[in-house]
Amino acid sequence: MNPVLLKIIVLVGILLVVLTLSSGLIWLERRLLALWQDRYGPNRVGPFGLLQVLADMIKIFFKEDWIPPFADKWVFVIAPSIIMITVLLTFAVIPFTPTIQISDTNIGLLFFLGMSSLGVYSVVLAGWASNNKYALLGAVRAASQMLSYEVFMGLAMMGTVILAGTFSLRGIVEAQRHMWFVVPQFLGFVLFFIAGIAETRRLPFDLPEAESELVAGFHSEYSGMKFGMFFVGEYLGVILISVLMSVLFFGGWLGPVLPPVVWIALKTLFFICFFILLRAAMPRPRFDQLMSWGWKWMLPLSLANLAVTGAVVLAMRR
Amino acid sequence: MWSVLRSLWLVFLHMFQPRITVQYPDEKPYLAPRYRGRIILSRDPDGEERCVACYLCAVACPVDCISLQATEDENGRRYPDWFRINFSRCIFCGLCEEACPTYAIQLTPDIEMGEYNRQNLVYEKENLLINGPGKYPDYNFWRVAGVKIKDKDKGQAENEAPPADLHTLLP
Repeated sequence: MNPVLLKIIVLVGILLVVLTLSSGLIWLERRLLALWQDRYGPNRVGPFGLLQVLADMIKIFFKEDWIPPFADKWVFVIAPSIIMITVLLTFAVIPFTPTIQISDTNIGLLFFLGMSSLGVYSVVLAGWASNNKYALLGAVRAASQMLSYEVFMGLAMMGTVILAGTFSLRGIVEAQRHMWFVVPQFLGFVLFFIAGIAETRRLPFDLPEAESELVAGFHSEYSGMKFGMFFVGEYLGVILISVLMSVLFFGGWLGPVLPPVVWIALKTLFFICFFILLRAAMPRPRFDQLMSWGWKWMLPLSLANLAVTGAVVLAMRR
Repeated sequence: MWSVLRSLWLVFLHMFQPRITVQYPDEKPYLAPRYRGRIILSRDPDGEERCVACYLCAVACPVDCISLQATEDENGRRYPDWFRINFSRCIFCGLCEEACPTYAIQLTPDIEMGEYNRQNLVYEKENLLINGPGKYPDYNFWRVAGVKIKDKDKGQAENEAPPADLHTLLP
C-alpha cells in the first residue's frame, strides 16, 4: 500500500480512537467511582449506561457558548484549544505497536516534555483571560504546580533514557525486551507517576480547579463546548500519561501470546483505572504541602535516582 | 505513605460491597406509614366529611398553600365549600395535620406527584377527599363533640354529661 496513505490511515485512526476513548473515559470514571463508593453510576442510557456519554455530548453541544463580557475574548477562545492541540500532538510520537506510530523521532521523549510544558499555557491563559479572581488563582496554582512537577518528571524519565541509551520511545520499548524498566527504575516509576498526576491536574493534585476553594478554578467562567474541551483535554492527558507509563516502564506493546495492540491497551487501561482509584480514595493536599513535596522530596529523590542509575550504567560498561 | 496505600486498598475493596443505591423507578423504596407525602382529606366512619372548615390548617401552614371557604349544611354542620391545596408551594411539614382538630387533613406516604404543568399541582377538594377514614378508623368528631347539630342535642355526644340546667341554679 502507498506509505503516505498508510500514514494517514494510522493518523486518523489514532485520532479517532483517542478522542472516542477520552469521552468514553467520562463514562468509565463515573462508573468506577460509583463502584468504589457503593453506588451504580450512570446505568440508564443504553447498555450499562454507555450511551450516557452520547447524551452528555448532545447536551453540551446545545449549551450556550457564553463569553463573559469582562473576559479577554480572543485569549479566552484560544486557551481551551491549546490543551487539546498539545496533548493530541504528543500522541504523534507514542509507539502504540511496532506498526501503529505516527512519527518515530529520535527525540520523542523531549517532544513530549516540550508539549506538556506548552500545555500549561492553556490553563494559565484561560485563568488570565477569564478576568476572574478564582480563575486567576487557579491559573497561578496551575502554573507553579505544573512547572515544579515538570522538572522532576523529566528527571524521573531520564533513568529509562540512560538504560535504553536513546530518547526515541520506540527504542526505549525495544530495550525492555528482557526486563521491564519498572524493575531497575522503580523509584523513577513512582516519581513519574506522581508527576503525571500533577501534570494532568487529577486528584489528589487537582488544586488548580479545587472545587471546595476556587469554584472551578481556571475554568470557572467556561461553559458549553469550551468547557468540554478542557474536560476532554484532561482525559486525553490521563490517557497520554497512562500510555507513557506503560511505554517507559512496563514494556509498551511487549508481552507474551496476545497481540501488541491488546497488551498496550491492557496496560494503559490498568493505569487509567488506577488514576480513577486515586481520585476515589485520596484527599486533596494543601497547596504549600504540594509545593514542598515537589521541591523538597521529589526533586532530590529524582536527582539521586538519576545519579545512581548513571553511575551503575557507567560501572557496568567498564 | 503507608496510610495512602492502605486507603487505596480499602477503597478498592469497596468494589465487592453491596450497592446502597435503590434503583428507584424499578424498585420502590419503603416509605413508613407516617411518611409525610401527599395531603388528603379523610371522611369519618359514617362516610361524611371530617373537615369542619375551622381554618386552623390554613393558619398553621407556614407557606400559605392551603385555602378554603367555610359553609354550613342544613343540619348545622360546618364543612368547606371549597378546599384548595397548592402542592407547588407545599413543603410537606405536616403542621396542618397537627393543627387539625378533627383528623380530617392527613399526610400520606405518596411522593409520586410530578407534573409537567405547574397548574396541575393545585389540588381541589374533589382531588383531596378520599373515601376512607385514613389513619384514625374509628374517630368521628361530631359524635364526641359537644356541639349541637340536627338529631343530636347538647349532652348527647359520647362520654358527655347532660348540660347543667341554668334555671335550677337560680338562688
